[in-house]
Amino acid sequence: MELQRTLQKLIETAGPSGLETAIAEAVTTIWEPFVDTIERDRVGNLVAVKRATDSVESERPRPRLLLAAHMDEIALMVKEIVSYPKDEGYGFLRVTNVGGVDVRHLYGQRVTVHGADELPGIIGALPVRMMPDERRGKPYNYDELLVDVGLPLDEVRTLVSVGDFVSFHQPLRELLNERVAGKALDNRASVAAVAVCLEYLAGRQHSWDVVAVATAQEETRLLGAFTSAHAQRPDAAIAIDVTFGKGPGAKEGNVFELGDGPALGLGPNVHPGIFKALKKAADALEMKVHTDPHSRASGTDAYGLQIARAGVPTGLIGIPLRYMHTMVETVSVDDIQRAGRLMGEFVARLDADFLEEIAKEMMEA
Amino acid sequence: MNEILQQLTEASGVAGDEKEVRLLIRDLIEGHVDEWQVDTMGNLLAVKRGSGASEMRVLVDAHMDEVGLIVTEIDSDGTLKFLPVGGISPRTLLGKVVKVGRKGLTGVIGARPIHLLKASQRDSIVKTESMRIDIGAKKKEDATKKVKVGDKATFATRYEENGATAMGKAFDDRAGCAVLIELLRGEPYPFDLHAAFTVQEEVGLRGATVAAYATKPDVALVLECTPAYDLPNERDVSPNVMLGQGPAVYVMDRVTIQDPRLVRHIMRTAEKNEIPFQIRQPGGGGTNTAVIQRATTGIPAATIATPARYVHAPTGMINLDDFNNVIRLADATLRTLDASLFERT
Repeated sequence: MELQRTLQKLIETAGPSGLETAIAEAVTTIWEPFVDTIERDRVGNLVAVKRATDSVESERPRPRLLLAAHMDEIALMVKEIVSYPKDEGYGFLRVTNVGGVDVRHLYGQRVTVHGADELPGIIGALPVRMMPDERRGKPYNYDELLVDVGLPLDEVRTLVSVGDFVSFHQPLRELLNERVAGKALDNRASVAAVAVCLEYLAGRQHSWDVVAVATAQEETRLLGAFTSAHAQRPDAAIAIDVTFGKGPGAKEGNVFELGDGPALGLGPNVHPGIFKALKKAADALEMKVHTDPHSRASGTDAYGLQIARAGVPTGLIGIPLRYMHTMVETVSVDDIQRAGRLMGEFVARLDADFLEEIAKEMMEA
Repeated sequence: MNEILQQLTEASGVAGDEKEVRLLIRDLIEGHVDEWQVDTMGNLLAVKRGSGASEMRVLVDAHMDEVGLIVTEIDSDGTLKFLPVGGISPRTLLGKVVKVGRKGLTGVIGARPIHLLKASQRDSIVKTESMRIDIGAKKKEDATKKVKVGDKATFATRYEENGATAMGKAFDDRAGCAVLIELLRGEPYPFDLHAAFTVQEEVGLRGATVAAYATKPDVALVLECTPAYDLPNERDVSPNVMLGQGPAVYVMDRVTIQDPRLVRHIMRTAEKNEIPFQIRQPGGGGTNTAVIQRATTGIPAATIATPARYVHAPTGMINLDDFNNVIRLADATLRTLDASLFERT
């Protein structure tokens, strides 16, 4: 698997939260060679199972590890069709956000409108000097920005409905030092890392079943994490998501250099035993990892996975990423590779006693 | 796909650094002009000899430069500080991909993630001075190998068409350049056509100032791209022009009253040839006409423009019917130019 090409395919495919059909197909193509089964579930998650590969005779079912990487991305949705002059001329779309979009990045973006056809469009607005005085000195807002598909009103009305998704269009861009930029690297970087993990496991025996889930609707309310963890009944889980990369606008606090290795989440959403096991796997690989503490909610699928059914011991791996939730998110391809290998090594080291060990540790004085 | 528009709009030509566009246009007009030269400012001046039927000297201008960015400092972390060259609002810059320097090194303009913003920051504009271009360098020494202070950057926008709609950057004024190239590729005019692909329009109409002096024409036509404000708005902004309504004919802008005799000739030509056109609403803006008309002892000059939405932005939009009609209207206007139009009686 050529990682950068895999990543390119993943980020250049549209997958707004709630419209994950196309991205699920792309992920299927990438994961399928490494797994035993792969299918979509009732909320749109893509669930792939790679069964244990060791030669030990033991009774099924084996313990199950769930790996969750969300495949949805932040996007926009059509809220109104407007025109100028009224009821004639070109048709334009007013939009609202799906997930945490920073509206200040929207002007001038190239988008795709997912209507009856996929329509190319750009986001524009009138110059600020033509807006009411109180808007001067303020960024554009959703009442001012418009998606322009360059079509007359009647055609727009035929092709587009209120409620249609609008995704960002941005090809993968190569920067220096194995870094790449584009949209939806949150969280396709992790989807690619899961592919690296599965490929790694093709060369390693593992005694647990691995359930890799490309979750849906993480960006809106972690829907896929809650539901897949319930449906799959995992014995342990790892969420893999992006974390804050150190760079312009994020120089202090818990931010991590790009290319310096993954960051392991530690806080209420993470089971200390899983954290330790991930550390051990990193040590075995002689891989540098960082600790990424969270004080309340991790803002990732780990939050949902942890409280499924009677609770699931959960870990969190973060891939440092600059400019999160913009169309120029930037990551180091090396970090994705490392995060994937780390997950693979963690899986390969899981044994029949693992759950008992981490449970025991909870009561050790 | 209009390949000339594609090549021209995807090329980088920030004011003061128009070389890539100049070389491209030289290639596109070679064989269609009788002579060409580059002046000290970087203007590309070409002559297409006429049939000899008319003694007039006619200048047609289109500016090659576009608004963009200039690298002002390389930070210790390897990111690039920059300033706008020409009118670029900081509202347009976040989340964009740019190409830096002559080699077109890719960079991105990011910002603090929304998760880490205070509520007040979400509703405030990030100043251009606090933005950085990120080329992926790990530190200053890493970046200085690839980028120098003074390098220009443009948006990395690809040209696309969807039916009659074209999207891309720098239609202002590569659309004008494309029209002028088409005129040079056509049949000879009755007079010698002096084509000026000018520099530095966006920073003060500077290239056309010297081109007009050097050419000393009897009459001049400026081919431009003008902003269309035909967007829904509760406050009536009386848009200057609308997409799809034909070439925009200037009458007056912020700095120029266009030569009324030439304007009348343009409008009559459009009517005679059934070419749709719209009168650009008088008011703001300004074109090279401003400096050409007061060059030497004064030169009758007027402007025909392709309307574009979102000029001076990462991605603009034009209507290709409008663009093609600018070619038709400019061509017909020139073919019927006559010195008698400008006689004072």
